Amino acid sequence: MAARTLLDKLWDAHQVIAETPDTPGVMYVDLHLLHEVTSPQAFTELRERGLRVRRPARTLATMDHSTPTLPADASGVLPYVTPAAAAQVQQLRSNCAEFGIELLDMASAQRGIVHVVGPELGATQPGMTIVCGDSHTSTHGAFGALAFGIGTSEVGHVLATQCLLQRKPRAMAVEVRGRLQPGVGAKDLVLHIIGRIGVGGGTGCVIEYRGEAIRALSMEERMTVCNMSIEAGARAGMIAPDATTFTWLQGRPRAPQGAAWERAVASWQTLHSDADARFERSVAIDAGAVRPTLSYGTHPGMVLDIDAHVPAAADAQAQRALDYMGLRAGSALAGTPVDVVFVGSCTNGRLSDLRAAAAVLRGRRVAAGVRMLVVPGSAAVKRAAEQEGLDAVFRAAGAEWREPGCSMCIAMNGDFVAPGQLAVSTSNRNFEGRQGPGARTVLASPASAAAAAVAGCIADPRAYAGDHAGAAEAVA
Amino acid sequence: MKPIRHLHARTVVLAHENIDTDRIIPARYLTTTSRAGLGQHAFQDWRYRSDGTPDPQFALNRPEASGASILVAGRNFGCGSSREHAPWALLDAGIRAVISSEIADIFRSNALKNGLLAITVEAAEHRYLLRHPGLELRIDVVAGLITLPDGGRFAFALDAFARHCLIEGIDPLGFLLHADAAIQRHEEQHAA
Ligand code: SF4
Repeated sequence: MAARTLLDKLWDAHQVIAETPDTPGVMYVDLHLLHEVTSPQAFTELRERGLRVRRPARTLATMDHSTPTLPADASGVLPYVTPAAAAQVQQLRSNCAEFGIELLDMASAQRGIVHVVGPELGATQPGMTIVCGDSHTSTHGAFGALAFGIGTSEVGHVLATQCLLQRKPRAMAVEVRGRLQPGVGAKDLVLHIIGRIGVGGGTGCVIEYRGEAIRALSMEERMTVCNMSIEAGARAGMIAPDATTFTWLQGRPRAPQGAAWERAVASWQTLHSDADARFERSVAIDAGAVRPTLSYGTHPGMVLDIDAHVPAAADAQAQRALDYMGLRAGSALAGTPVDVVFVGSCTNGRLSDLRAAAAVLRGRRVAAGVRMLVVPGSAAVKRAAEQEGLDAVFRAAGAEWREPGCSMCIAMNGDFVAPGQLAVSTSNRNFEGRQGPGARTVLASPASAAAAAVAGCIADPRAYAGDHAGAAEAVA
Repeated sequence: MKPIRHLHARTVVLAHENIDTDRIIPARYLTTTSRAGLGQHAFQDWRYRSDGTPDPQFALNRPEASGASILVAGRNFGCGSSREHAPWALLDAGIRAVISSEIADIFRSNALKNGLLAITVEAAEHRYLLRHPGLELRIDVVAGLITLPDGGRFAFALDAFARHCLIEGIDPLGFLLHADAAIQRHEEQHAA
C-alpha cells in the first residue's frame, strides 16, 4: 500500500461511502460531543422529522458556554445572566432526557468545558473521529484523533445517522524543529505558528504537528497547540499518539481497561504518518526562535514577541486594528497597561495551565486596578487545583477563583470585559468584541497572563519564573 | 429547502477583511434555542452605536442598502467559530448571498446548507465588486456565473454536491438517511 499520512489512515478507517466528484463521502463519527448553544435547533429538527438519535452511547453532552461561574446562592439558585441562558441550559437537559443522551449536568463532578472533559474522562482516544458543534473540537486531535467542529445542521445529521457528509481535507505538515527554550510554552508556540502561516494559512487543511519540539510537549501542551489550529484557518490539528499519549490516557474512566487496553495501544501505535507519506503543504518552524508570544491586534495572526515593538500598520485594516486596540506603531508591547487578566478556556484552562499561572502569582499580588479571573476548565481541574492549594494562591494574590466554564473566553454567561478595557487572556480569540462589546483582547500564555496581572502591564513572564517575589522588582 | 437556481439582487459592500462570526452575530445573542429572530442582531456592534441607535455610517444602515441582498465582503469572510447562527442571522436579515475572494470553510458549508449562497470569485473580480457597491447582479447557480449590469460575467466554482442540493432543493440529511444500509455495515464491521 502506498505511504499514507495520519489523516489518510483515519480517513480510510471511517469511510462508509467514498466521495465522488459529484457527492461527498459519508464519514462515520465515533464520538459526538454536545453543548447547550449549538444543539437546540438540531434536536428541534429531529423532533420535526420524527427521528431518533442513532447511537446515544456515542454521544456525550455537557454545559459550559451559558453557565454561570459563580456558585448558587443560599437558596440554591444559579446566577444565570438572563432567563434565555437558563432556558437554553434547561433545553439541553430536556433534549438529553428525551433522546437518551448522557449529560454532565451542572451538579456533575465531571462537568466542564466540552474540550476539557472529553480527554479528561478518556472518552477522547487515538484513532477516533470526534465532532462537536464547536470549532475548538480540534483540541482532541492532540490524541491522534480526527476531530473538528461542525455546524448545527450537521449536529442533527450526526445525531440521526452517526455520520457526516464530508470531502477529504488536504494534509498539511507543521514541523517544529529543535526544542523550545526555558520559559517558553505551547501557547507561545502556537501563537508563533499562526503568526508565521497566517489566519488563512491552514484553510482547507488538517494540520499535523510533528518534529522534536512537538514530541517533547506534554499531553496538555499538545491540546493547547491543536486547540488553536482553527485560528490558522485549518479544519483540524493532530499529533500522532505516542508513549506520552498512552501514559496520560491509561486508567482514565472511559479509556479501555485490562486486555482491551493492551489491544488498543497496539493498534494506536500504527497511527502515524508513514516515513515517505506526502503532505500537500509543509512548513518548518524553528522552536529555538520562539519567544513568549502575545497577540496585539484583532485577529490571532497579529502576534509579537514579548520584547518587540508594535509594527507600523501595513494597510487600513491593520490600522483599524491598532486603533481598536489603542496601540501606537513603534511603542513597546511590554509595558502596555492592562485592566483585566483572564486565565481559563479550553486553550489554557487545564491543571498545568493553572500551575503555570500560580507559579508566577505565588507570594505576589495582582496589581492595583487590575481584575484577574481564574476559571478552571472543568470540575475535575477545579478539585485538583484546590487539592494543591492553587486556589489559595490565586485568592491570596487578589484574583477571583470561579466555577468551571467558558466564561470570559466568549462572554455570554455574564463574565465579560468592559468596553475599552484591555484584557490579557489565555483564551484563543481576540476578535473585536469577543470578550464583550468594545473589549480589547491580548492573547497570551498563562505565565504571560499572570505576569501581566502582577505587573499591571504586559510583562515578560521569564522575569517572574520561580517563587521569588524579589525577581519582579528587577523588571517592574 | 426551496430550490435556488438564480438570484437577481443588488449588492452592499462590507470591505473589511477577516469579518469573523463574532462580528456577524455576537456570542451574547447565542442563548437562543430557535433559528428565527437572529437577524435583528446581525452585525450588532457595527450597526448600532453604544446608545442603541443605528449608526448611519454603517454600510447596511445606509438608505441605498435597503433591499440589497447580496453582501460583497472583504477577504476571509466568516472566519472564527462554527456557529451556524452566523448564516441564520444573515438570512434572517435579508441577505441571500455573500461574495468574497476567500470564505472560511465551516461558514461556507453552513451557509450553503441553509441556502445562503457563499461564493468566491477571483481577486481582481472581487476588487471590482468591492469598488462598485449597489450593482445589480444576476447570480446563476446552475451555470456558476455572475452577470453584471454591463453584461460582464464572473465565473464562480461551487462544490458539485452543494450546487445539486441548491438547485434541486435537496436536503443533505435526507441523503444521509438513505445511506442507512452502508452505515449499518460499517458499524457491524467495526464493532469492538
Ligand atoms: S472555552 Fe472558549 S473556545 Fe473553548 S469551547 Fe468555550 S467558548 Fe469555545
